[in-house]
Amino acid sequence: MPTKFEVNGKPVSVNVEARTTLADCLRHHLRLTGTHVGCEHGVCGACTVIVDGDAVRSCLMLAAQAEGSKVVTVEGLSNDEALTPLQASFRRHHALQCGFCTPGMITTAHALLSEEPDCDADRVREVLSGNLCRCTGYISIVEAVLDARSAYKKPNGNA
Amino acid sequence: MKNAFIGSAVERREDLRFLRGRGEYVDDLRPDGLLYAVILRSSKAHGRIVSIDTTAALKVRGVHAVITAQDMPGGPPIVPMRLQPLPEFKPFEQPVIADGKVRYVGEPMAVVIADSVAIGEDALEAIEVEIDALPAVADWHVAQSGQSLLFEAQGSNRSLTFYAVRGDADAAFASAPYVRRETLRTGRHYGLTMEPRGVMAQWDAAKGRLTVSGAAKVPFFNRRILAKQIGLPEDSIEMIENDVGGGFGARGEFYPEDFLIPFAARHLNRPVKWIEDRRENLMAMNHAREAEVDVEIACERDGTILALRGHIHTDMGAYMRTNGAVGARNIAQFMAGPYRVPNVKLDVSLWMTNKTPVGTYRGPGRFETDFFRERLIDMVAQDLGIDRVALRRKNLIARTEMPYPIATIAPYEHKDEYDSGDYQETLDRCLAEIHWSEKAKLQGRRIDGRYHGLAVGCFIEGGAAGPKETARLAINEDGSISVYIGSSAVGQGVETVFAQIAADALEIPMDRIRGVFHGSTAYVSDGYGAYHSRSVVMGGSALLDAALNFKAALCEAAAQRLGCAASAIVVTEDKVSAPGGTSLPLSAFAGLSREGAFLNKKHTYSYGAQAVHLAVDAKIGQVEILDYVVVVDAGRIINPMTLRGQVIGSLVQGLGGAFLEHLVYDEQGQLLTGSLADYLLPTASDFPNLRAFTMDRHPSPINPLGAKGAGEGGLIGAGGVIANAVANALQSFNPDLRELPLTPSRVWAMTQPRA
Repeated sequence: MPTKFEVNGKPVSVNVEARTTLADCLRHHLRLTGTHVGCEHGVCGACTVIVDGDAVRSCLMLAAQAEGSKVVTVEGLSNDEALTPLQASFRRHHALQCGFCTPGMITTAHALLSEEPDCDADRVREVLSGNLCRCTGYISIVEAVLDARSAYKKPNGNA
Repeated sequence: MKNAFIGSAVERREDLRFLRGRGEYVDDLRPDGLLYAVILRSSKAHGRIVSIDTTAALKVRGVHAVITAQDMPGGPPIVPMRLQPLPEFKPFEQPVIADGKVRYVGEPMAVVIADSVAIGEDALEAIEVEIDALPAVADWHVAQSGQSLLFEAQGSNRSLTFYAVRGDADAAFASAPYVRRETLRTGRHYGLTMEPRGVMAQWDAAKGRLTVSGAAKVPFFNRRILAKQIGLPEDSIEMIENDVGGGFGARGEFYPEDFLIPFAARHLNRPVKWIEDRRENLMAMNHAREAEVDVEIACERDGTILALRGHIHTDMGAYMRTNGAVGARNIAQFMAGPYRVPNVKLDVSLWMTNKTPVGTYRGPGRFETDFFRERLIDMVAQDLGIDRVALRRKNLIARTEMPYPIATIAPYEHKDEYDSGDYQETLDRCLAEIHWSEKAKLQGRRIDGRYHGLAVGCFIEGGAAGPKETARLAINEDGSISVYIGSSAVGQGVETVFAQIAADALEIPMDRIRGVFHGSTAYVSDGYGAYHSRSVVMGGSALLDAALNFKAALCEAAAQRLGCAASAIVVTEDKVSAPGGTSLPLSAFAGLSREGAFLNKKHTYSYGAQAVHLAVDAKIGQVEILDYVVVVDAGRIINPMTLRGQVIGSLVQGLGGAFLEHLVYDEQGQLLTGSLADYLLPTASDFPNLRAFTMDRHPSPINPLGAKGAGEGGLIGAGGVIANAVANALQSFNPDLRELPLTPSRVWAMTQPRA
């Protein structure tokens, strides 16, 4: 079925089977392979993308449901020249090893910090508890997200 | 220029692509004409295959083939063992597809090749399978009874018994003033990787070449197996290592799919890809850890350990897989751990059951045996009225006893010894960091409704398995240098640490090392890969050798061009210079390339101590870790940041095994934990209070870097330390704590009156 939505600021138009998930659509139809699929039942969070501002598991959403939405993937949160402050903080804190869960961590953390740039460690842990990482033990990921908060704070001090 | 990249917390090169979603994992590959494989797996644990009717499946639109054992003339190939390939194991090895019998839920029975995964899954539904069920062997006790045999011709479900022997344990027990005998158990869990496994194969009929993507861990060895199975010369097969989403021992061993997918690609002359889904992963990837011991410890009244003796039983699952015996033998060989145990007599029986076959999972056998040993030591301390720390101190192997010979394993293994270290030192540091003496008063106390517990344990970690690794350095067109190495990446950051080692060896800035290429079979003449925490020691030492050869060749070539002696040539950042001031850029030597190798039959032994302070809510069986400290001495440290990452990361895996992760089967051999909603993994909110300290006081004397393998230390001690701390917290209930994992229901049960 024909579906139109926006990905990383660009309009896209795809023709997918009704049963195609948003994750498969992004990966296989749009070739945005930064979004990873780790469980296909909504537990691991590797496939997390941002849909209209919310962190969403793209394995639990059909591509057709994205009709008219604004979707942001890890590619849309990246620059060619340098790492973003969030990414640089992940690197500095060694918050990734194999890199497979990382795109989901970045999208989840970005959605959180965009809404709550003053969140505390407990809140970061609570939100990230929906994203599984098997390598790092999470300590460094939580540190990286906390350390990136300043980049999300509005200049006037209001979140 | 004198470098010191080794020892520095250099930020990782890999991160630049991973953080931007630019990694390339096997499922990201999509060549033209790609077909997709899906696998029909047995839903019965044990039975005879009466028929597999693929007629209807072949009629599904978009299905290209359905492959079964019938399509393999001469029968399906067998996957041979990689480690401990003893003749006794041969009859228990796995065919690449079920042939006549099924022996576990999840065993491959047929492969559907289709235009898409969804079409392939539709076709799976259309395959008609008839299986005559046989009684399932669901655990080692049933296996031992022999009521039902997995391999009838063998007459027994036991594939082998290993023996670990040192001194004369029977004599020591005969005269020992104190003996305690215990039965202890560890549950089945596994090295779940976030990226499920995947294989993509492409067959070039004109050239007779097979290209296999998705290789990991030991690509060269797996190429050898595949070449033999599929009837091609090794050099007609290229194994490509893509980015790998976690290894942990489980990924990258040769599995049935590593034959089935290349076979399908060649059969259809089309590229074929298979990506494991999570449910498959839970039943198809190697399981691990399930063991039971009946073990005795003998001591003097002052706590001096005299001997260990007993019987170990491991549940191997349905087949002996490539490295399936490693965990079992490690339980026996390393039960003494870092302690001086002069007499050891342990046997370990490997039992075949109708469950997923086992293989190694990070710290194979060590996690299990450290739980058994450390739990016993706390029981001994209580019996003899000796302080737990003092008892450990008394028995730790002293620095002056190094190298220290350990129990010998029969059959097969040669002698082994611990290489270096001061085990007291890491124990001291660990106790200081957790403030043991101040916290000691909390032991067993109930504060705000929760019982507080404390425990400490010591561990050793083997690394650097031989026999060999290969590395090569080459000058690129632009004068930069590339590293090619037989070690594999499984997420541990080898591109960064090898760039550090190469830059130091060549005395050039790190950014002159342009690429670090690893794993794939095209890069070096032979490679041995990543297992047993070997990459830094084996690959790093090979890289030092390659650097020596490379520098000699470069100086020789430069001397000829610049008209001076090779010994007078000076190599700097991007050029070579002769004494008179003449120089040439490195780009003038583009293509110059030299290999080096490192051979080693000895192992390195990192070591350390772990301590925990936790609180148990007896009403709900919930345990909260308030502070956890791991101290590891890993000899010379290449990158303290990535080492700390290994320690904390492995610790959380160990805590998963201690509290959460459990592959549960019923009596019919059905896996009851087939999703991540049932198989619980640690999350970001479970264990926030963990601290790791790394030390580099005692370099290994057996390799030029002085490094030791160190990817498992956090994990190895976790089960024992957690168990002892929970028992310590609940001491007023006299808890019966002899089994992992410590699920909330088990912890709660310990606080209830016993019948």
